[in-house]
Formats: sequence, structure tokens, C-alpha cells
Amino acid sequence: MYRLTVNGIDHEVKDAWAGESLLYVLRERLGLPGTKGACEQGECGSCTVVMDGEAVCSCLVMAATAVDADITTVEGLSLDGEPTDVQQSFVEAGGVQCGFCTPGLIVAVHHLLDRNPNPDELAIKEAISGNICRCTGYGRIFAAVELARDQRRAMQAK
Amino acid sequence: MNATTSTRTRGALGSSALRPDGIPKVQGRFAFSSDAWADSMLWGATLRSPHPHARIVSIDVSGALAINGVSAVITAKDVPGQLTYGLIASDQPVFASEVVRYAGEPVAAVAADHPETARRALDAIRVDYEVLPPLVDAEDAISGSFTPIHPDGNVIRRQRIIRGDQSFVGDVVVEGYYDVGMQDQAFLGLEAALALPDDAGGGVELFVATQWLHEDQKQIAACLGLPIEKVRLTLGGVGGAFGGREDISLQVHCCLLALTTGRPIKMQYGREESFFGHIHRHPARIFMRHHADRDGTLRRVEARIVLDGGAYASTSSAVLINAVTHMQGPYKCEMATVDGYAVRSNNPPCGAMRGFGVVQACFAHESQMDKLAAACGLDPVDIRLKNAMRTGDRLITGQVMDSVAPVERCIRETAALPLPEPLPADPDPLLIPGGAGLTARRGNITRGIGWGVSIKNLMYSEGFDDYATARCRLANGVATLQFATAEVGQGFVVLAQQIARTVLGVDTVLLEPISTAIGSAGSTSASRQTWMSGGAVDGACRLVRERLFEHVAATHHVDPLRLVIDGTDVVDSMGTLRVTVAEASHGLAFDETFEHHHRETEELDENGQGNCHVAFAFVAHRAVVDVDTELGLVKVVQVATAQDVGRVLNPLAALGQVEGGIAQGLGLAVMEEIVLENGRMRNPSFTDYLLPTALDAPDVVVSMIEEPEPQAPLGAKGIGEPPCISVTPAIVAAIRQATGKELSRVPVRPLDIVFG
Repeated sequence: MYRLTVNGIDHEVKDAWAGESLLYVLRERLGLPGTKGACEQGECGSCTVVMDGEAVCSCLVMAATAVDADITTVEGLSLDGEPTDVQQSFVEAGGVQCGFCTPGLIVAVHHLLDRNPNPDELAIKEAISGNICRCTGYGRIFAAVELARDQRRAMQAK
Repeated sequence: MNATTSTRTRGALGSSALRPDGIPKVQGRFAFSSDAWADSMLWGATLRSPHPHARIVSIDVSGALAINGVSAVITAKDVPGQLTYGLIASDQPVFASEVVRYAGEPVAAVAADHPETARRALDAIRVDYEVLPPLVDAEDAISGSFTPIHPDGNVIRRQRIIRGDQSFVGDVVVEGYYDVGMQDQAFLGLEAALALPDDAGGGVELFVATQWLHEDQKQIAACLGLPIEKVRLTLGGVGGAFGGREDISLQVHCCLLALTTGRPIKMQYGREESFFGHIHRHPARIFMRHHADRDGTLRRVEARIVLDGGAYASTSSAVLINAVTHMQGPYKCEMATVDGYAVRSNNPPCGAMRGFGVVQACFAHESQMDKLAAACGLDPVDIRLKNAMRTGDRLITGQVMDSVAPVERCIRETAALPLPEPLPADPDPLLIPGGAGLTARRGNITRGIGWGVSIKNLMYSEGFDDYATARCRLANGVATLQFATAEVGQGFVVLAQQIARTVLGVDTVLLEPISTAIGSAGSTSASRQTWMSGGAVDGACRLVRERLFEHVAATHHVDPLRLVIDGTDVVDSMGTLRVTVAEASHGLAFDETFEHHHRETEELDENGQGNCHVAFAFVAHRAVVDVDTELGLVKVVQVATAQDVGRVLNPLAALGQVEGGIAQGLGLAVMEEIVLENGRMRNPSFTDYLLPTALDAPDVVVSMIEEPEPQAPLGAKGIGEPPCISVTPAIVAAIRQATGKELSRVPVRPLDIVFG
């Protein structure tokens, strides 16, 4: 038995095989299937979560080693159930097609904008270059990130 | 194109209405098939052959059954019904029994209490193989020198096209060989399904990510030996498809394990298994010879095209028909000699992928058009304008082009789009070839521009009636739609709502689950669902509207033919009556179902003549690339495109299709290839199979050409496939211009640029 802190909630993980990835435990044991798996080797970013302030691929993290970490998944970005600014921007700017890469991208973009509220085009591209999207060709995803960035900037200017 | 600011008023047709699954998807609440879960479910897993060709001497499953937590192991002898399946020919075994024909072919499946237990069980199955020499060269399959590797033979289909003077020789003749590598659909959401056995044990319910529920249902029921109504399918959320989910993968295995164990079974592939578990784009070798007058007028095309279908037929015969019938490209051409083969080999099976045979044909014909331009002293734009096909022209199949055919406009509007700024003297390394690797030197970078133009058929061909069904119910001002159209990411769910809002004047449109509870919608492929399922939803909504108008007319004593929908009101076009749809339908329910069929098509005759296609769409691409000529690295800077779309029904969704298709065509041009070595895949992972990332994405500038298509129910052509077709040859042409190399294969590799 071990414990994980996910989205501010303390979870008990019982009877788990020690080799399970954080991705598997989130999805199959903690009832948090929002985090997706698509490559199992840290190439596609679908499983991105934030662990102690760093964006990581949860498929590469052994769950049992994450016991002392503060973990945030896509389900934990908004505590009241309302979409966040980034989530709303992705829908409005057309950044969502099949949606499989979306949760990982949403987490990655939140992480980007929290660290750097003013990323230029190249900084945005670099920040999400570890998140593969097969549907959109990225154009509307860039637009979504720029929309969220500009809205935050406008809020701050007020 | 500033899609996000266009009107969203009411979310009617023509607006960038937002997709109803958008918020659940961004919040991680949308249930993909891999998220399906049931109490007491077991995990299924598949044992696959490590050999591309081998005889199975024996299979011993006792070691697997002895493992604690393993509930079932099944092999070919446990298949209760038909032992094979397939989209066109039923030639692929559910499990290999006597012989395996490709590396990765399923041999057995297990059900266990944990994915890791299932993996251990697979390891414990002993299969004794007698390894056979694999047939891996398509020409060996054609030559007849290799013993048939399948009872259906080594040639899946041969089709010729013979038209006009077969001895004609042009003033100008150009020729070449062209090769296309094996591309993977690489949808992000891996194959996954959950099968639930009936309480009575007689049937099964399957939640699955697929492109065509009813075709899956038919094939699964046959293999399970069940009546079709005992197999019910509901679409699990689909994480992309691009053709790769048209064939059966884990469906039969998952259902059979559920019926065998009496427990819910979850199956999902990992990425490596996904490369083995679905079909790929056909690798192709094409010879082409173009004959033209001295002024560049195209007169005759000769072509020989060989598609390697791999071990099983899948849709190879239809892919071949697309390839041979599109060899002329979007150009007028009166004479043709085309010979095409789709062959069987011990390579991985190939089938549908976005572009479906036309991608391969286009790389060859567009490379040829550039050669022809050079030989005639014309530039790439002028040779294409000179030969641009028009409505009324006759194709090399004898079929008259009766679709709207704005080829010339596609080219001219693409040419009018702005070119990118020149590369600065001291660019950010991320903007140049090699990117963050910091390998390229500014001084070694050369810029090139290239062109590609294409024609693509829409819907299924050769007599296939791929109809679509939809149902509409209107009650108390709310419309409810039902259809079996697979939503794979393209956005049919929002389009269906837009249609209902427009036709019925409602604001709220609910969607029933996508399942086999209603008639077939056909496949989400062939750029067909906007036209076909869109036509079905439109038809069902119109039938309901007629009933509504009859009711309003009777209530208000007016002629129903005078009634129209205006916004959310029913209005008497010749009087003063105006009543909201909500009021007019209060306390009532109108319920109608409609099937949309496209016009009939014909099979090709032995000379490749016949009206085999329904309709066509066109597109032009201009690519700008920067190439590090010393290292052979390429950065695609910009792609400009003008696409013939008929009518834009949702600007934001249309733009997403265009940009997404371009990225996939870029992948084929310079990155993506399944590398085979004697029938074995060398790179079945996202580490070794390279996909375009955000830093590889070019700037895309788009012009949508809206000339409504009279044949199409909504005036709109399918837009999914054209974006990925001619962008590939455009990028390669740009690299040729930058390097002076011949570059006759895709993907273009650094070695091809440096040493080619």
C-alpha cells in the first residue's frame, strides 16, 4: 500500500503491482481516466501531468516513486467544474478534433502560461513540441494558446 | 482566414459552431474507448507471430492456463463461426492456424485479471514454428515465380486502363520511376474496446473505436457464428482514425473472450502493437511516361503502378482502382495506358489511409508535370494551368467529369497567396532545418518552392451503395438526432447539429449515442460523411419539417407550401403568420428516418472504362522549404493552398481539416515511413517512427474555393482527404528546386539529399 496526492486529494493505492506506471494508476486505480496514454515511452505527451511543478510524462513515472509528490492532472485544473481559460480557448479556437492529445496539451499549456505569461510564437511551439497531435496540424492549437495568453494579458492590464 | 471571429449566431450552417464534445474533451471527461470500464472486467491480450512467414507446427497453451489469474486462452480452434474476415474479401484469419503470413499476425489471445498477468500468459504460450522464406518483393508476387502464400493467390487485383491511340508518341516525352514508402495512420488513441457478454450468454455488446459500426458488426457476427442482432455495437470515443480503423483489429478477439469467459473484456493495444494491429498506407512503385505536344499540352499518360498489399487483401483492390483511375491527375488527357497491380506479400497488410491510392498516384504525376514543364520550357504553374481539367472533360476511364472542377482557380488562388518572408541572416535555430539540434549553418541553407495539384474522388466507387441513415425527432422545440456515423474527430457531431438548426429552426439539438441501434451510415472515410450522413440528417430534418408545416398549416388554415423557416420561426411567406418552432411543436412529436444514397456507379471493364466514381474534389498546394544541403535537413516553411470545397459549412472545422491534412502530407514527404527489413518492421514506436511536431508545422495559408456542388445535398464536397494529397509532391518539388536532386521517393531522407 502507498499513498498519492493527486489534485490536492490524498489517495490510498492498495494491492497494486509495484511496476505500475503513474499513468496506469491514475487511470485504472484512482478513477482519473482524463490522462491518456498513446506511446508508453515519453514521445507523445498525451499523458502529461504536473508533478511538483514540473510537466512530466506519467507513463515514464513509476507510481510507487511518486508518493511524496504533488500531482496535478487535467481533472484537477479546475476545481469548480467550470472550464479553465485554456480549456475554453482550445474549444473556441478549434484546437480540439479527436481530442486524444488534448488533456496532455491542456496540462502542458497551463504549465507554460503559469511559468511564462507572455510566450511568443516560438516559445509556444517549443513548449508544446513534446505533445503530438495527429489531427489538427497544430495551427488551431497555436491559435488557442495565443487566445488564452492574450486573454490573461488583457485581464492583467485591467 | 480568421475563423475564430466568424459568426456563431445560433450555430447554423456556415457558422463556426462549436463542437458539442469540445468541453468534455478539454476537461478529460470525454470517454474514449480506452476509458471504458466495467465491474469484474478482465484484460485481453494478443499473441502475435514474430515471423513474417512460417508454418505453425504446434501451439501449447497449457503454460498460460496454469498462471494464476488467467481465465481463458483462445486460438483458431475456438472460433465458433467463420474463420476469416475482411472488408472486401474474407481472407484474413481471426487467428492464424496453419500458417502465419506476416510478422505480427495474431495467433492466440488471453484473458487475465491484470494487463501484466496477460503479458506473462502470452509469454507462456509455446508456439512451434517452421520458418518459411518470406515473399517481400512485390515483383516476385507478380512474376508468379513464388508459390502462392495464400489460397487466393499472390495478386489481389490487376486493373488496366486502355484509352485512345496506344502507339501515340508525343513531341515531348518524360518518364521516371517513383517510390512511396509505407506510411502509418498513427492516430493517437490506440485501438481499444470493451466487450460485455449478455446476461443470457447468447450475445455480446461492444464499445469500440471504429470507422464503420455496421461493417464491424457484420464481420464480428459472422466470425462468432451469431445472428447479427446478437452483436450490438456502440461507438466508444475515437482518438483519430485516418483509415486505420476501417478494418477489424481486436473486435472479434475481444468479443470471443467475453463470450468464452462470461466476463466483460477490455482490450487495448500499446503503440508497438498498434503498428502490427492495423493496416498501413500501401507502399508503391510507379513508372510513368508523359507524352505532350511541344507547347506542353498533355496528350497521353503511360503508367505501371504496383501496390504492396501485404499479407491480406483489406481494401487493396479499391485502393488500386483509385490509384489507376487518378493517374492523369487533375489534367485533361485523351490517351492512356495504365497497368496496375495490388499484390499479396509477407509484409504487413495495407489498406485505407487518408488519400486512398491517390496519394501514391499524385506523387508520380506531379513529379512528372515538373519534368514536363522543364522539358517544354514552362514553369510549374504554367504547365498546370495549361492542362487544367474542366467540368465536361472526359477522364481516362471515359467518365465525364460532371463535378464542379475549379482546377484553374485552385492554382491561381494558391499562386496569389503571399509568400513567406526570406530567411533572416541570423535566424533563431528553431526556425531552420535541424531545429533544436543546432546542426544547420545558415550559410548552407537554400530555399525552394514547389507545386502540387490533385484530384480526389469522393465516396465509394464501382457500384458500391454506401448509403447513410439518420433519424430526426422534433418535440417541444427540441430536435434529437440519431445516426451511426462514426465521429472520429472530424466534427460530424457539430455539423449534424448545424444542419438541424438550419432546417428546423431549433436551437437545441440533442444527439443519441452513436450505435447500431439505427441503420448504417457507411464508413467515416472517402471524404464522404458530410455528403452522405450530412445528406441523411438533412433529409430526415426536412421530412420532419414537412410534418411540422402540415400541422401549422392545418392549425392556421394556410397552404403548407407557403411556410418557411426563418431563424427559429415558422413563417407564412405570403402572409402574416409567424410562430416559433417551439410553440408550433409544443406537445407534439414528429419522428422521421431518411436514407441518403448517392447516384449509382459502375465497375470498370477490362480496359478500365466505366463511370466508377461518384464525384471529385480538387486542391492546389505550393510549398516553401529551407534545406541544409550539406546535412540533408529540411524545414517546411510554408504551405499555401486553395481547395475546392463546394461550400464551407463550418469555417473553423474546415480549416482544421486542411491544416491537419497538410501536416500528414508533410509527414509522408520528409519524415514518416515504416521501415521494413525482410518483412519485419524496424521502427514500430513513436521514438523511431517520426511524426510532425509543433516545431515541424509549417505556416499554412488557405483559400477556400466555394462553388457549390449541385450533386451534393448541402452543396459541400468532402474536404478530409484532398489536403494531404498534393502537399507531398509540392514539398518534394520544393526540395528538388533547392537542391537540384532528382528525389524520386518519399519520404525524402537526409541521405537522399546529400548523396542522391
